[in-house]
Amino acid sequence: MANRSQIQARAAMMRVRFEAAGAQVVDPPLLQPAETLLDLYGEDIRARAYVTSDALRGEQMLRPDFTLPVVQMHMSEGAEPARYTYSGEVFRRQEHDPDRSNEYIQVGYEVFDRNDPAGADAEVFSLFALQLRGLPLRAATGDIGLLTAAVQGLRTSDRRKAALMRHLWRPRRFRVLLDRFAGRKPGPEGRDTLLDADDPLTVDVPMIGKRRAAEIEARIDALREDRDTPPISDNELAGLETLLNVRETMPYALEQLRDIAVDLPQITPALDRLGARVASLQARGVDVERLDFEAAYGRTSMEYYDGFVFGFYAEGRPDLPPIATGGRYDALTRQLGNGAEIPAVGGVLRPDLMLEIEEDAQ
Amino acid sequence: MSLKLGVPSKGRLMEKTFAWFEKRGITLSRSGSDREYAGKVEGIGGISLILLSAGEIPRELAAGRIHLGVTGIDLVHEKLPRWEQQVEEVAQLGFGKADLIIATPACWVDVDTLDDLDAVAAAFRKQHGHRLRIATKYHRLVREFLTDAGVADYTLVDSQGATEGTVMNETAEAVADITSTGDTLRANHLKILSDGLILQSQATLWRSRVASYEGGNKAVLSELLDRLG
Repeated sequence: MANRSQIQARAAMMRVRFEAAGAQVVDPPLLQPAETLLDLYGEDIRARAYVTSDALRGEQMLRPDFTLPVVQMHMSEGAEPARYTYSGEVFRRQEHDPDRSNEYIQVGYEVFDRNDPAGADAEVFSLFALQLRGLPLRAATGDIGLLTAAVQGLRTSDRRKAALMRHLWRPRRFRVLLDRFAGRKPGPEGRDTLLDADDPLTVDVPMIGKRRAAEIEARIDALREDRDTPPISDNELAGLETLLNVRETMPYALEQLRDIAVDLPQITPALDRLGARVASLQARGVDVERLDFEAAYGRTSMEYYDGFVFGFYAEGRPDLPPIATGGRYDALTRQLGNGAEIPAVGGVLRPDLMLEIEEDAQ
Repeated sequence: MSLKLGVPSKGRLMEKTFAWFEKRGITLSRSGSDREYAGKVEGIGGISLILLSAGEIPRELAAGRIHLGVTGIDLVHEKLPRWEQQVEEVAQLGFGKADLIIATPACWVDVDTLDDLDAVAAAFRKQHGHRLRIATKYHRLVREFLTDAGVADYTLVDSQGATEGTVMNETAEAVADITSTGDTLRANHLKILSDGLILQSQATLWRSRVASYEGGNKAVLSELLDRLG
């Protein structure tokens, strides 16, 4: 096993390479205000991050990742365009698997640049590939933007599209919603009686709680409207399913996606962006002919990514978490930007796992 | 060294546990006064009785400081994320039955399922600027259940007692709590979601997988397990 100083030495070396690529070193604090993280990730983050508190600052979390503080820092004081690199500990609670580390070092690289997003995607991916050169890894890539475009272009109500978008990162709930909107799953028992009632709110129980009668009425109106909305067509549903199942090397994936765009023309702009990215990757010497592409990749674990996503995995070591992950997170900059936004892409590497794989190989 | 049996130190849970063992020819009792938390065991040798709070029994089992313990399934699953590796269920004792459920105000006529709760949570957050609050003391179980169901935009607020009152007091919009008859929920104008059952619990005898069974303890354990049938 590599010791701590070996891991730190490797991290420092990788950070120097990112500096050479034009990045400025940043060093966000270990303690992060819990509120921002909770707003972004919801209650789930409590299961993954260590929470502590004091009477003055309230709840704080031990840095569970760097992306969030780096985005916040850039949005409040960064100049444009900007490239950042960092290395340091992140902390993750582990309740189920004692073999997974609860503290490890990440090295990262983040690009905030309005010009040439495809080029920035390719820059990050190829720099990562360079850092990882020689290791027995498999790269996976995907594009959340395709799915987003497919959902936003569905011929259905805005409310339904918003509901699907909200659960894009929760495949099971997404599925349930899709089935319901396609008329394949009936509503709960008694729902029709409720919606048909002249005055559904006349019940013999007192109104309690902070959710007021007007809010209940508004939801009943929304449910009535939804009942009158025609189901999502079989054609669109089939298109979505085929899209989610695309899993090929890049050239074949592009070919399949062009076919799908016949039924789902709304993905065409996202597909053009994917095409531009492939060209940029190729220009940087990435072997795109053999690069894997999965349309559903990154849907479960990478909730703030909204475009290009990638990960590097150790061949023959399915027990290890990914060695590196990254992607594009334009929407996150909007969410944390107080009205400002900037296209952004980046990722992190795990020097500890890289050293472990190197030891395996010897 | 004797085999240590942990039993809840007070109330009906203690009395019913004593009665359950009595039926199997083992007499558990408190030694000395009512206020003293020491106990004795008659009808079988090599076992000592440890009286402690039901909420601490999972931790003591997981640390191997007691070999056997009686406590609810809810407490073991909540407090021991890896309970399968740490304890083994010996017998369900047939009392202390209660369901961990999610309940909302009964006046929410538009809410019947987790699906509804999730939709309401999204609208609530937009309207009120904070996430829908669910009061509970079972943080881990509730969070895992809701994550699994894909419910978003909620937050858990800690409530160690009188949880059903939090909605009326507007410190929470919904609750996740233990109920046996549902009377307290109804009295506080709450209703259970039709798919809101998180866990069915009852008093259970557990064996620690971590404790040492060296010396005579192994023989004592197998004799006890024989007697309990």
